[in-house]
Amino acid sequence: MSAPTRPPITPRGEEKVFFDRLREHKLVFQRCAGCSHAVFPLRTVCPHCFGESLDLERAAGTGTVYSFTAQARASHPFFAADVPYTLVLVDLDEGVRVFANLVDCPPDDVSVGMPVEAVFDDVEPELTLLRFRPVSIEEQS
Amino acid sequence: MSIRGTSAIVGAAQLDTFKTDGKSPVGLMAVAVNRALADAGLTLADVDGLFTASSYYAFPTLTLAEYLGIHPRHMDSTALGGCSFIAQLGHAAAAIQAGLCDVAVVAYGSTQRTDAGKLVSMAESSPYEQPYGLIHPIGAFGMVAQRHMAQYGTTSEQLAQYAVSAREWALLTDTAPYPTPLTVDEVLNSGVITSPLHKLDCCLVTDGGAAVVLVSAERARDLRDNPVYLLGSGEAVNHRNVSQMPDLTATEAARSSQRALQMAGVTLDQIDTAHVYDAFTISLLVLLEDLGFCAKGEGGAFVENGNLAPGGSLALNTNGAGLAQVHPGMLGMFLIIEAVQQLRGDAGRRQVPDARLSLVHGMGLTLAAHATAVLSTQPEP
Ligand SMILES: [Zn+2]
Repeated sequence: MSAPTRPPITPRGEEKVFFDRLREHKLVFQRCAGCSHAVFPLRTVCPHCFGESLDLERAAGTGTVYSFTAQARASHPFFAADVPYTLVLVDLDEGVRVFANLVDCPPDDVSVGMPVEAVFDDVEPELTLLRFRPVSIEEQS
Repeated sequence: MSIRGTSAIVGAAQLDTFKTDGKSPVGLMAVAVNRALADAGLTLADVDGLFTASSYYAFPTLTLAEYLGIHPRHMDSTALGGCSFIAQLGHAAAAIQAGLCDVAVVAYGSTQRTDAGKLVSMAESSPYEQPYGLIHPIGAFGMVAQRHMAQYGTTSEQLAQYAVSAREWALLTDTAPYPTPLTVDEVLNSGVITSPLHKLDCCLVTDGGAAVVLVSAERARDLRDNPVYLLGSGEAVNHRNVSQMPDLTATEAARSSQRALQMAGVTLDQIDTAHVYDAFTISLLVLLEDLGFCAKGEGGAFVENGNLAPGGSLALNTNGAGLAQVHPGMLGMFLIIEAVQQLRGDAGRRQVPDARLSLVHGMGLTLAAHATAVLSTQPEP
């Protein structure tokens, strides 16, 4: 039996813009020209003022854990070798929240409010995924 | 103009609420429809309004109409996840009041337990979540629980206490799938699936079919002496994917329930039985807070000391609901059925004495959509 393959994703429209930038190792969000709110995920219409002028901005990639869960089971056979793996919602310093995995951190060491930074994982030639890792105290100072 | 008290449930039925015997999801729906109609003293020929939602069928109303061989003149496949049917009660009442149909059937069927291990969701996955391995929906509820614990100090023991209470209610039925008491330690030792949620923090996976029949309040009085009136109905929506949930510990349940209670003209303290969607222990806690049964953040303390067990301060989920009785993918239909049982005085050993007013609240997806219904033995509050 062959090894399970990655479940395919089909980003379209604004989603594709986001994933194309991830391949360039850029984590992007939008800023509305009309009301200056930070917007994520990428949209064609601002959810705050309904304006259509949204400018792409690059995030620094640093933020804090809003919440997390360590899954003892995989969502798909492809991820089975990774369990337990940790999923995080991260509040970026720019004021938007993104979803990804946390790496380089045992599940028992994760906490709400923990500072993290983005890393870019080139999992396939055409697909880069976002991960976060803890920011150590030394690195912060 | 309001739909308050203008329509009533005159027939209700559920079947195969743990495991089916050779029936398909639509077959379960069809049997439930027939039995609910018989309960109402009506036949399929009377049905001219059809309401359903499904994880199996992209066009469930068409599938069910074809299977039943009927040609309804009003149809509604509102898809809000597990709370769809609670919302559809309000839609049916409005349709009846507007003259769009006279006999409305709301139905659901699922063979989720029989299909164990096979995908029973048509939902498209988010490219912002799926590549990272999120298990829908439990991974999302793990995140909700972690946040609730960090924010309010909620504990795993408190979450487990709800599962224990739900089991106690289920033991008062003749259909409890697991007919032995449960302890907090058993929940905590049942294995973490996605931190901090254990296997027994999760709802059962069952089959099940259920249906109710609604007609106008005037016609209801001719059909039976104990119709269950729809006094209030409310809906609200917040997000689609959990990564877009603005606040993991606050939901739009507050809005849908306020709308339903306001329409009904009653307050929460008048409610005799409550039937609140419990896909997970944490989702129940968050909903109890947002519905106003306790203050925000105090759900953990509220479920402690058996407050929600039989004899407690709130008669909640009196058949054990999703945690201990039935959960075939979408629970809403079965919350309605239990409320109807209580209001008819047909709830046997678990009957809440003189139950006259019930609140039914469902969520859809990961605390994303909400629908509330206020049901009553009387057409006036
Ligand atoms: Zn704007």
